[in-house]
Amino acid sequence: MKKINISSVLSQLLLLFFVIIWIIPTFGLFISSLRDKDLLAISGWWTSLTTTEMNEIYRMAGMEEQINKDDFFIIKGNLFESNTGKKIQSFGISSKKINEFEVGDIARFKDNSEVTVSADGEYIWKSQKEFSKKKGKRLFITSLSPPSFTFDNYKEVLFQEGIGRAFLNTTAVALPSTLIPLIICSFFAYALTWMKFFGRDTLLAIIIASLVVPLQMSLIPILTIYNDFGALFGVAAKSYPGVWMAHTGFGLASTTFLLRNFIKSLPNEMMEAAKVDGASHYDIFVRIIIPLSIPAFASIFILQFLWCWNDLLVGLVFLDQVPSEIILTAKLKELLGSRGENWEILTTGAFVSMTVPLFIFFALQRYFIRGLVAGSVKG
Amino acid sequence: MSFFNLFFIVFLGILIFVLYFHISNYLLDYLGKKNNGSYNFENSIRPVIFITPAFIVLFIFILYPVFETVRLSFYDKFGREFVGLYNYRWAIKDPEFQRSILNNLGWLLIVPTLSTFFGLVIANLADRVWWGSIAKSIIFMPMAISFVGAGVIWKFIYEYRGPGDTQIGLLNAIIVSFGYEPQAWLTIPIWNNVFLMAIMIWIQTGLALVIFSAALRGIPKETLEAARIDGASELKIFFSIIIPYLEQTILVIWTLITIIVLRIFDIIFAMTNGEWQTGVLANLMYDWMFRGGGDSGRGSVLAIVIMIGVIPILAWNLYKHRQEQKI
Repeated sequence: MKKINISSVLSQLLLLFFVIIWIIPTFGLFISSLRDKDLLAISGWWTSLTTTEMNEIYRMAGMEEQINKDDFFIIKGNLFESNTGKKIQSFGISSKKINEFEVGDIARFKDNSEVTVSADGEYIWKSQKEFSKKKGKRLFITSLSPPSFTFDNYKEVLFQEGIGRAFLNTTAVALPSTLIPLIICSFFAYALTWMKFFGRDTLLAIIIASLVVPLQMSLIPILTIYNDFGALFGVAAKSYPGVWMAHTGFGLASTTFLLRNFIKSLPNEMMEAAKVDGASHYDIFVRIIIPLSIPAFASIFILQFLWCWNDLLVGLVFLDQVPSEIILTAKLKELLGSRGENWEILTTGAFVSMTVPLFIFFALQRYFIRGLVAGSVKG
Repeated sequence: MSFFNLFFIVFLGILIFVLYFHISNYLLDYLGKKNNGSYNFENSIRPVIFITPAFIVLFIFILYPVFETVRLSFYDKFGREFVGLYNYRWAIKDPEFQRSILNNLGWLLIVPTLSTFFGLVIANLADRVWWGSIAKSIIFMPMAISFVGAGVIWKFIYEYRGPGDTQIGLLNAIIVSFGYEPQAWLTIPIWNNVFLMAIMIWIQTGLALVIFSAALRGIPKETLEAARIDGASELKIFFSIIIPYLEQTILVIWTLITIIVLRIFDIIFAMTNGEWQTGVLANLMYDWMFRGGGDSGRGSVLAIVIMIGVIPILAWNLYKHRQEQKI
């Protein structure tokens, strides 16, 4: 039997409070990326979730638009440039009484011209005299706009701002940077666990130590090596293979460490039995270790992949900041500087960069958590 | 580079490593059979094949750079002339360096502590409500996204508009609705550091949360039930049973987040680029890698200062490893 007590209610409320605080920032970004860019710049994203009342001033068209019909001069038009789903509630012709008329009412100006406005923004302005001013008169509109969302920002960001290309570049960086360490570290971890050779314990100690060495310790010497290498062979110092190897280097210790912990936990008897049957270490590795290690591989793959996908520093130092090489995070940082006021670009770009991590997060959360809990320590 | 070329070199890059292992091991098997399966022959060559690629990478990207960085810290900006402690003396007197050290210390004090604290509290709360796993998912989610992405998310929260305008940043909108003046949060020295740290806490709490959740499952149910039957309050149970039980875990998480925070770079680089007194060591180092054509001496000194921060953790890890090896 469940009983409801104060402490349980308090727990729920407190947890709800944390959850709301944690979700709101991301949620706001997501909503903003789907909003019209003009609205995004003038109102908070939270206003877009409900129907909002807006007071605006519009100007009708001037004398050039008039037509002469049945002794009347008429100007017709629509106040709204595009159909945004806005519904006009009331309108006014002077700034003192902006709600004077209902939709469909006829409002009379001082010069005896008459105007009527319908809910979708269509207006008809009639006068017996010819209109003689270039600018039309002002109308004060009170309208309700329903929540409306659009994918326009995504189209713009993906194809015009270079985010689409950066997405591709990040993929080209992250995939090999994840698979290469996985391949070479699994052999390394196997050797450290099941093979006997000179200096094995020292090597293991070096791996443990390397786990916490900050990658800042490596940046300057490696950049120098790359520059020298490029100059020596007449190739670009910064390149995709260079970044892959850098990521491999920085992820090597943690990948090896996690894989070794896993391989060590596999039953010894199986290996011994295979050996007696005449299997070589390579056979054992391919036929026994790899199939058994799939869950561990999945966890480590996710950790390393997310690390490479989300990295900024390595991509910044070891790749040229040109369209064919710039990665998503570096591109976003660049946009933060150059388009700092264009929130539709920033929010959408950020969300595009988050799609892959979020997909992995929701689809493979179990493996992700398992990897982290297994002791993710990264230099 | 076209899409096809990119795809091709990605494929090639991965293939090279697969082929290396396959061909070399296949050759060894073949040669081993020729030598009538000589056990010694195989046992001396096989480890070399298994270890070589990883060891070369380890050597080039970690071992050699560590020693080279130490050497460079005693050399001039081009790494050519020995200058003794000049770079270190420069660092101590440099106001930017002093600012960065102070900021780094602030980050190290506040972020791991609060992340661990929130993680612990939320893990406990989530354990006792039926929608706990959904709550955990939501709080854990920021762990998956990049620091730069998180930077954009929070920059939007901190967005500032002049006092008369409509605030589109959530924080200022809240402040204004209570009748206060809007603030340009990221430009207020000292406090802006706290606003940047909030982002990191928002991210790292998830890490603490999942590890604590796993550890909480290890607490024997009988102990908790016994305490409840004896009439202990939930708070009493939390402080007298759960916290002591999780002591090791708390330490692990705290060190884990400390290591991450020590080399914090992306958030500050994206949000303020170290302006308004928000610089930290990693940013200053990146700056000196390129400022005035790059100064490898000063950059190396800054890297070493970051390294010094992790040495106690490194020593502790090695000590623990030794203990495990003995058993």
